[in-house]
Amino acid sequence: MLGERQRAREEIARVVGAHRERIVAAWIVAQEGGAATAGAVGGEELREDAETLVSCLLEALTSPVPVEGLVARSAPLKSAVTGLSHRWARIGVSATAIARAVFSLKDSCAAILAEETPDLELRLDATELLCRIFDDAALLTFQSYVDGREEIIQRQNRQLLEISTPVVRLWRGVLAVPLIGTLDSGRAQIVMESLLKGIQEHEAAVAIIDITGVPTVDTAVAQHLMQTVAATRLMGADCILSGIRPQIAQMIARLGIDLSEIITRSSLADALTAAMRMVDDLRPAEEARSESALIP
Amino acid sequence: MSASEIPILRLGTVLLAGLGSELDDKTAVLFADELSRQVADTGARAVVLDITKLDVIDSFAARILVEIATMARLLGARVVLAGMRYPVAITLVELGLGLPGVLTALSVEHALKKLSTPESPRERPGGSRVR
Repeated sequence: MLGERQRAREEIARVVGAHRERIVAAWIVAQEGGAATAGAVGGEELREDAETLVSCLLEALTSPVPVEGLVARSAPLKSAVTGLSHRWARIGVSATAIARAVFSLKDSCAAILAEETPDLELRLDATELLCRIFDDAALLTFQSYVDGREEIIQRQNRQLLEISTPVVRLWRGVLAVPLIGTLDSGRAQIVMESLLKGIQEHEAAVAIIDITGVPTVDTAVAQHLMQTVAATRLMGADCILSGIRPQIAQMIARLGIDLSEIITRSSLADALTAAMRMVDDLRPAEEARSESALIP
Repeated sequence: MSASEIPILRLGTVLLAGLGSELDDKTAVLFADELSRQVADTGARAVVLDITKLDVIDSFAARILVEIATMARLLGARVVLAGMRYPVAITLVELGLGLPGVLTALSVEHALKKLSTPESPRERPGGSRVR
């Protein structure tokens, strides 16, 4: 069995090695005819990709790497396949089209094999082996396509976390965090941290959390808001919740969430007015008087 | 019993104490003891604890702080925690300790300003509490 497989392997290597040019040419014709990749990948690039793939396949076949899992174990072949997948994915070729392109390389090899191997049994073994190798390669393209997508999603998630929690200073001693988008516990944690950090840095007496841009409030979100409010109070600042839309107010009431401990205002403007009054109350009377005397 | 290592300053009717970066169990207990004695002796109306330097807190230390507040209240003094760092605040909230009955302020300066205003319902034990 092992001997047969080795012979089949050598046969593929021989045929592919001897007819590289024909395989590459046949593959390019197949690609240019195929609707999936047509136009997206240029002719020069196609030739380059095909030659890399074929030479890496040859290298893998002639190397001592065992046939089982050849694609995954042979580093150059693996990187050639994943490289192709990444590059094509970036220019908008679909995962199916990439896998189909790999399969069509198998077809070109099999066609040559059919012409060049007269021994029927050997041809059968070689074709079977070829199928197995290219099935693995196609699966690998799919996997790396998904991995690439996953990476993009992760990166965008991180970017979203970074940009979505600005702490702005509205007035002396008044900070605001306009929240936009759904609050999950990860984001709520970051919002809480950056707000508290801001309070500490600016010695802000009042923090306004504006939830105009938050689409829904459930018990988990409310819990996070309560925690943030409790933490700001521990630091000695007060918290105002603003931008509660009628639907949100209904939802809060229906869920039975108790926000009575938190000062709430319907709009950011109202919240700012309340905050300025609270900040003014904290200042000694003389300071407030002397300042208003300067403004006619 | 040895005296507490934390110095307690007297400013009129206010007692002021600055805590270090850590509050271990023994120091905390000794400090609570010493503070209660001083409040009773001086008839202070308020206690300001400056915890600006404190950057680690555990549940025991938090409980001592609440006990100090309760005890001071029994002796007729208000307690203000001044300048809590944000990591400490997050730790306390995550431990589920809201320090009920304790007044808080951004800094010692703010604390003294807050003490010059009349008592708000929130600090009274029967009133609404920080949760």
